Amino acid sequence: MITPPNYTPVPGPGSEPPVMEVGHSRIRLLWARTRLALHSFRTGWSIFMESRIGVLSLVIIGIFAIMAVVHPILMLTIWDVDTYDPVTGYAFDQVNQPAAPSWRHPLGTDPLGRDVLSQLLWSTRSEFVLGITAALVTVAIATTVGAVSAYYGGIVDVFFMRLADLFIALPGISLLIVLSALFKLNLFYLALVIGILGGFGGTAIILKSQALSIKVKPYIEAARVAGGGHFHIIFVHIIPNLLPLSLLYMMFTVTSAIFAEAVLSFLGLLDVRMSWGIMIHTANTGGYLMGGTRYWWLVVPAGASITLLCSAFYLGGRALDEVVNPRLRRRHD
Amino acid sequence: MEASLAHTPSAETERLVSVSGLTRQFPVGRSLFRRATSFIHAVDDVSFQLSRGDSLGLVGESGCGKTTVGKLLVKLIEPTSGHITYRLPGLDVGEGTENVPVESADISGGQLRAFRRQVQMIFQDPYESMNPRRTIYDTIAEPLAVQGMGTVLDRVDMVSEILMLVGLTPPATFLFRHPHELSGGQRQRVAIARALVVEPSFVVADEPTSMLDVSSRTGIMNLMQQLAHGLGIAYLYVTHDLAVARYMCHRIAVMYLGKIVELGETEELLRNPLHPYTRALLSAVPVPDPGHRREPPNIVGDLTAPIDPPARCRFYDRCPLATHHCRDNPHPAFEEKAPDHWVACYEV
Repeated sequence: MITPPNYTPVPGPGSEPPVMEVGHSRIRLLWARTRLALHSFRTGWSIFMESRIGVLSLVIIGIFAIMAVVHPILMLTIWDVDTYDPVTGYAFDQVNQPAAPSWRHPLGTDPLGRDVLSQLLWSTRSEFVLGITAALVTVAIATTVGAVSAYYGGIVDVFFMRLADLFIALPGISLLIVLSALFKLNLFYLALVIGILGGFGGTAIILKSQALSIKVKPYIEAARVAGGGHFHIIFVHIIPNLLPLSLLYMMFTVTSAIFAEAVLSFLGLLDVRMSWGIMIHTANTGGYLMGGTRYWWLVVPAGASITLLCSAFYLGGRALDEVVNPRLRRRHD
Repeated sequence: MEASLAHTPSAETERLVSVSGLTRQFPVGRSLFRRATSFIHAVDDVSFQLSRGDSLGLVGESGCGKTTVGKLLVKLIEPTSGHITYRLPGLDVGEGTENVPVESADISGGQLRAFRRQVQMIFQDPYESMNPRRTIYDTIAEPLAVQGMGTVLDRVDMVSEILMLVGLTPPATFLFRHPHELSGGQRQRVAIARALVVEPSFVVADEPTSMLDVSSRTGIMNLMQQLAHGLGIAYLYVTHDLAVARYMCHRIAVMYLGKIVELGETEELLRNPLHPYTRALLSAVPVPDPGHRREPPNIVGDLTAPIDPPARCRFYDRCPLATHHCRDNPHPAFEEKAPDHWVACYEV
């Protein structure tokens, strides 16, 4: 490539110019990248695991993940569909419904004779899907909007920021109630709506302020001198540097999505077969919610699950914050 | 004025960059509902020329506009007025237009791509001028990648070669490191490699050694010297350090508050400084001799931001030679007071 006439590289040992094993480096290209990714993951992982709340949140999320996996296995093996289906099953073996916990029904049955444990396990999977879909939508929108509005500034920035103000001003739950009255709101659409609300709202503003501080870094100018266009700078330089913060807000969105689902299901506004919110809704419409602790198995499992999973994602976000934001890290001295 | 500035040793066709009347103003206190009423005259009517293989040192205090000149030349910002014309390979607009000068303002689209291949910049801060999430390979290969030069595997070879050239050997140990794993000197070598990997003909070096300690500074300067001679690259070397400029450059231009006040061959300018500001700068250069008694610089006051400066000589407020003539007349014109030695001052 470049062959300066009167410059030779500093001779290595043995007075021969250092020979670069080009083929070798080609093979190493992929391997080196993988190793780098692994290395930074390991560093981040160890910081994450140092915080107790991080470990706690992982354990809780892990337990719920196992619950989600266990349900289909149980349905295929020891639970027969007629008795244990979370929606259409009926516990013929019980005389009175709701029946208190027993060996056959560890968390009892609900007023319609359905197994509560089965409902709980079945719902876990959809809560995960809902939370993660909403979070992905939020982060995809918020990161792009934040980066674009910080990079271009001016009228683009004004437009997206006023839009964000509008979305913040919208009362989320009330809007969802209106929407569910107008459309059949299933879990996927709910995730989409929550994702859009969060993505264009507060999260976009936070990511934009971060993007502003990235935009003025000299490496952005260096990229322009290198010939990089707007698209290149936004997607190669700004967004990758935003991702850690995006990931954090992804965790928080999971929490708000699960919570919103619970509220809407409880109000009976969602087009969902079964969920933790619907379980409490069923107890409520039967009048068992006012019955004190006598029918605890109708409310406590679902309620505790909502609380635990929400807080697990929130705490996980807090622990992730320490990985992302070095200023929050504890000093080791 | 531009015509009289012709730099004699090189022919017209050898001229890479000509700058004439270059001006850049930044608005002050502008808001959504308010138009700017005053402007910072960062660069004001600056003219100079650079030929193939030439090197010009742009010297001045912080805030005198030297970095702005550099950024204007690489088209990071656009001038308010004035002309920059380039005569660069690959920048021609069609058949038979080779070696025809192209205006900076006319460069866009496909031409801008060719321009970015010919004109590069080395940034001041080796710590902030590299994306911390990208590897050394990514950083150096970026100009190649965005301009679609070579395949990925070709680029690995090209980057390896340039790494050897800037003295980071063996390249395989550096390719997939992140910037934070390198020392300041090594990073600046990477920055130089990134600028040179597209084989440019003109490089703006914005104080590439100012953030380095003295020992690595020499290494970097030697490297740049070697590469400039070896590859025939023209440099605009922006610095606040006269010693660095003397070591690196054929010619030196001294800037004060957006104006070039003196321009000449390096040795001639240093031996025979004419402008009072250049003299003050020279008297401030440390001399490694404890017995040396330095004359106090005979200028007063501080550099101020050039916000709407009065029409008189920019240096009037601090000048030891200032007269009524200086106060009542506009900024002095650039005149050739000695062979190839240009000064803007009424009193010399």
